[in-house]
Amino acid sequence: MAAEKILELKGVYKDFDGVSVVEDFNLYVKKGEFVTFLGPSGCGKTTTLRMIAGFEMPTKGEILLNGKDISSIPPHKRPINTVFQRYALFPHLDVYDNVAFGLKLKKINSGKVNKKGEPILRHLTKQEIDKKVNDALKKVDLEEFEYRDIDTLSGGQQQRVAIARAIVNEPEILLLDEPLGALDLKMRKDMQLELKEMHKKLGITFIYVTHDQEEALTLSDTIVVMNDGCIQQIGTPKDIYDEPVNAFVADFIGESNIYSGTIIDDNHVHFLYHKFECVDKFPKNEKVDVVVRPEDVEIMEKDEGILNAKIVSKIFKGVHYEYILMVGKMELMVQDTTSYDVDTEVGIYVKPFNIQIMNKEFKSNQYIGYLDKYNNLILDSGKLECDITQLLKGSHVDEEGYLVGPDGKIYDLTDADVKVEVGLGDIDIEDGEEGEIVGEIISMVYLGDHYRVIVRTEEEEDFVLDTIYTWNEEDRVSVHIAKEKIKLTLTKEIKEYEKA
Amino acid sequence: MVKKILARSYLSLILIIMYAPIALLIVYSFTESTNIGTWSGFSFDLYRQMFANEEIMEALLNTILIAIASSVVSTILGTLGAIGIFYSRRRMKRVLNGITQIPVLNAEIVTAISLTILFVTLGITFNFITLLIGHVVLTIPFVVLSVMPKLQQLDPNMYEAALDLGATPSIALRKVIIPEVLPGVLSGFLLCITLSLDDYIITAFTRNNSFSTLSTYVYGVTAKRGALPPSLRALTTLITILMFIFLLLTNFRKAKAVKN
Ligand SMILES: Nc1ncnc2c1ncn2[C@@H]1O[C@H](COP(=O)(O)OP(=O)(O)OP(=O)(O)O)[C@@H](O)[C@H]1O
Ligand SMILES: [Mg+2]
Repeated sequence: MAAEKILELKGVYKDFDGVSVVEDFNLYVKKGEFVTFLGPSGCGKTTTLRMIAGFEMPTKGEILLNGKDISSIPPHKRPINTVFQRYALFPHLDVYDNVAFGLKLKKINSGKVNKKGEPILRHLTKQEIDKKVNDALKKVDLEEFEYRDIDTLSGGQQQRVAIARAIVNEPEILLLDEPLGALDLKMRKDMQLELKEMHKKLGITFIYVTHDQEEALTLSDTIVVMNDGCIQQIGTPKDIYDEPVNAFVADFIGESNIYSGTIIDDNHVHFLYHKFECVDKFPKNEKVDVVVRPEDVEIMEKDEGILNAKIVSKIFKGVHYEYILMVGKMELMVQDTTSYDVDTEVGIYVKPFNIQIMNKEFKSNQYIGYLDKYNNLILDSGKLECDITQLLKGSHVDEEGYLVGPDGKIYDLTDADVKVEVGLGDIDIEDGEEGEIVGEIISMVYLGDHYRVIVRTEEEEDFVLDTIYTWNEEDRVSVHIAKEKIKLTLTKEIKEYEKA
Repeated sequence: MVKKILARSYLSLILIIMYAPIALLIVYSFTESTNIGTWSGFSFDLYRQMFANEEIMEALLNTILIAIASSVVSTILGTLGAIGIFYSRRRMKRVLNGITQIPVLNAEIVTAISLTILFVTLGITFNFITLLIGHVVLTIPFVVLSVMPKLQQLDPNMYEAALDLGATPSIALRKVIIPEVLPGVLSGFLLCITLSLDDYIITAFTRNNSFSTLSTYVYGVTAKRGALPPSLRALTTLITILMFIFLLLTNFRKAKAVKN
């Protein structure tokens, strides 16, 4: 397969009424590839697909088809067809007419030229349309259904009509937006295989949207993992599964154990209270996230592994058992085909190349804010009490609220811009909307013995924190940060604020 | 049991009050007597009189003419309007939706007076066109109201699916959206016809005085002579029967639609 770029998205952004939905989307798709956009609900998959189809215009950035910018080409002129999330078949037409809809509108070169030498276009003949429609229906196994009404078909059959209606036009790119979302599990599995087969036979480039990671892993040549409008990782299913670049991807794709760890040296990392051999190279003492897949953990006799753990739960999953083990206060999920009893103490081993080490996404929260007249810190989301004496060693605040230096100089920090840093462990959250800063929990990832929670305020400020308590996504919470935990730095020299 | 009988008799009473006058009229349309209450033998004479009365016949024709003309115009404009509103931006949509529904809630007399003032101010003499405009204004919101739910029932991606398959926006409208909302368009049209047929207020205000419809004719003769000419009994019966057939037709269409 020639590595020819058929589609390229360059720095694409999309805002709806000022709310950013897709951010800095960069991707190229090779001809004939099966690319999947994978991500949780609301992460911008459909929006991106709609920009490719031409139903939405990017706020910024370029979309190139075969090297040419197609931003200004309306959807009906793009050689791209879509299978919609809810099919969008035309109920007033029968199966045949649904499939023939695009063909009847199509004009092709008749081979003749007019006086000016321009090619004369013609519609397809009835026979040509007939043949193409029959071929397409055969490809989706619906030969006998030509004259059936749409609403007499089952979900799976409607799905096939939608696919036939799109592929009959021989598009260069076929877009599929969660096409199997409405089908039951068994049907979905069957259709997955058929889609994969069809992709192979047709040679058309497929761009597929799903939030089902298993589906993405089964079908795709390339997976684009998205979260919150941003691409997290692009890679083959194997890359993404074996080498997730961050905790979000690891958590989203397959089952995983995720821990905080510290690099000891080039070959060792410390997590789960123990030293493990590893192969990824990171700077010494770096704080990292470590991922271990449940199937990569080996259970052995007590004291024979790297560490000992106690089995606290056991569930039979058909081909293997799924165990939860406790290592001190940390949980470890393990999949193994051998049966062990609950409460047994066992040894644990993980091969060095099965320990996946990733950059920690957040080491601290950083914001830009300013100080008000009363020496409060003002962030976009609200007001926080802070300690401004940290800005100048040996200083104190006088009765009028000015900062007084050790040399007696007085500073007026009203409206001073500051950089703010708050550690992940220094933020508390509380149910309800009482506090100064209120937001919604948009993500929660379990990291072995605690959760990493992201709270997003209406002002789009994120507060990332570690907590041992369980919350739910979409909970509304108020954010509290102790005064002494807020680290401030002035963006300008302090002498700029000296009172005359 | 007693409750049931009570409920039954209550219902019957209401139905009798509702339909007795009409029934009386129908019965007495088959006799020549000038007064209702005196039966002077069965005859079709009133019907003969009615068909011979050129004024009545002209009014009947005019009524049908204006009903069909205004309904066609309203249906076309109303359908396109509904589609326009449906596919416009969210904020715009709310405003437009409100505006088109004001005439439904507004008292007809207000609409009628406003139109009259408008025509007079613009120096337009009252003619068939002003009457047509009057009836279109009266009926158009009902077309919008009956097409809108059909649009809301459409798959949200229907229009885009047509574009996706190579249809220009106008082809998508003609080949997909309009056929899909056709049932709503038809019921809107039927609603227009019934509204226009029996309209008096708007007609009285916006017509040219030489142009009478059934409603203005009936009102005219009663106002002049004080008593209903007997042939009107035949006319009323005829209208009732026509309306009844019309109702059956619409219901039949609805029943069929439900079955599908
Ligand atoms: N026309 C629009 N106007 C305003 N906001 C929109 C519009 N379309 C989408 N959004 C918002 O953009 C975000 C991304 O939506 P999108 O449909 O792309 O998500 P998705 O990844 O396809 O999710 P799902 O898996 O639920 O289909 C959502 O928060 C959604 O509310
Ligand atoms: Mg979607």
